[in-house]
Amino acid sequence: MTPAHPNRLVVAFGTLLALVAFVFADVAGSPAIDPFQAPAPVALGSGQAPGGAHCSQL
Amino acid sequence: MLTTRLVLLVLPLLLAGAVFSTAGPRSALLLLVGVGFGLVLEGLRFGFAGPWRLAVTERDGRGVIAQLVAIGLTALIAIPLLDFAPGELAGAHAPIGLAMIGGAFVFGAAMQIVMGCGSGTLVNAGSGNLAGAVALVGFIIGSFAGTLHLDWWTSLGSLPVLTIQDLAGSNGGLAATLAGLLAIAVIFFRRSDPGKRLPPGRLWVAAVLLAVLAVLNLVIAGQPWGIVYGLGLWGAKAAQAGGMDVAANVFWSNPTNTGRLNQSVLTDFTSLTNFGIVVGALVAMRWRPVLAKQVTNFAASGWASIVIAGLLLGYSARLAFGCNVGAFFSGISTGSLHGWVWFAAAFAGSFYGIRLRPILLRLAESRQAIGRAA
Repeated sequence: MTPAHPNRLVVAFGTLLALVAFVFADVAGSPAIDPFQAPAPVALGSGQAPGGAHCSQL
Repeated sequence: MLTTRLVLLVLPLLLAGAVFSTAGPRSALLLLVGVGFGLVLEGLRFGFAGPWRLAVTERDGRGVIAQLVAIGLTALIAIPLLDFAPGELAGAHAPIGLAMIGGAFVFGAAMQIVMGCGSGTLVNAGSGNLAGAVALVGFIIGSFAGTLHLDWWTSLGSLPVLTIQDLAGSNGGLAATLAGLLAIAVIFFRRSDPGKRLPPGRLWVAAVLLAVLAVLNLVIAGQPWGIVYGLGLWGAKAAQAGGMDVAANVFWSNPTNTGRLNQSVLTDFTSLTNFGIVVGALVAMRWRPVLAKQVTNFAASGWASIVIAGLLLGYSARLAFGCNVGAFFSGISTGSLHGWVWFAAAFAGSFYGIRLRPILLRLAESRQAIGRAA
């Protein structure tokens, strides 16, 4: 008897829903983003130093 | 089917619109870049772990050569761009160290056990692979755990950050990078069986599209494509929500990381492209008229191996300053020498992971068959 596993749609949409729920909870608990402080749409040409975080950084 | 595909077309745009209204244009653009990554990786079957395995077991170097082409094309634009706008763009530059090498080795082994690397785990989860979804949970916990011990591991010994641009200048560094990639491609080409040397058209298209998306990531975010930081941040946020004083840790007390921890996850660039990869993979999977089968009929010990390998993937990637994306793809394409060392160590680890996989991931059916035969 082979154990039943959820099909791909269930797993894929389950993953997506879990991420959406996480983002909702996180946004609700975080300070609102000031649109005047939001970074320029594109970093190149913005004159702003790169301020993001990356896995290569200590 | 038409209705389904219309919904699939609208879904990423709706999500990008929601992100735009919440976090601004850069975040929305990065989500869409991530969707592009997911579409290319799942839609054109471009991977990292699988081609490494095929190169060893089947003498089929086509997938690895396609990876090297994608990295080379990215470097062709990224290295001059970094020289042109050093105040606005940053490379994936990290130090070579003992823990970094060990981390890359373990990552290479673990990615063969779960058959998914950093991007592959996200793609697998997004395309409905149950083992991928389970591994992703382990990856998140592991990469967060790695941040808690990173200072200790790096104190074991590491060199300063070295880039090929520092050694040979921008033009010389680009030439050396392309020559290095070509040399490795030639090795894989020569070691592959006839008929398994030149990538098929699908992989050439994928390599070009990945390079375009990687450059867009750099231009929009100001930093290269990455995976692991975002996953560790998700783990940190979950731990913080559970009452843990995450900010007291050395890694998370760094002002950059504290900022990410206290701001919405929609302001973190790697998180946004990670979300996009899951969405893009889901769209590519559902776009096909027939769903692929769920191939996860593992014995209980196999599932335990996937969880442990997922944890190791995250933990080791953190120590290695990135996974196949942040260290290998983005490290080499932006001139970091740690990317080359990462590749050598991870490929060696992958060699052992390929042998461990059939031992650890026994199928439930085969166990039953053994029981019946006995």
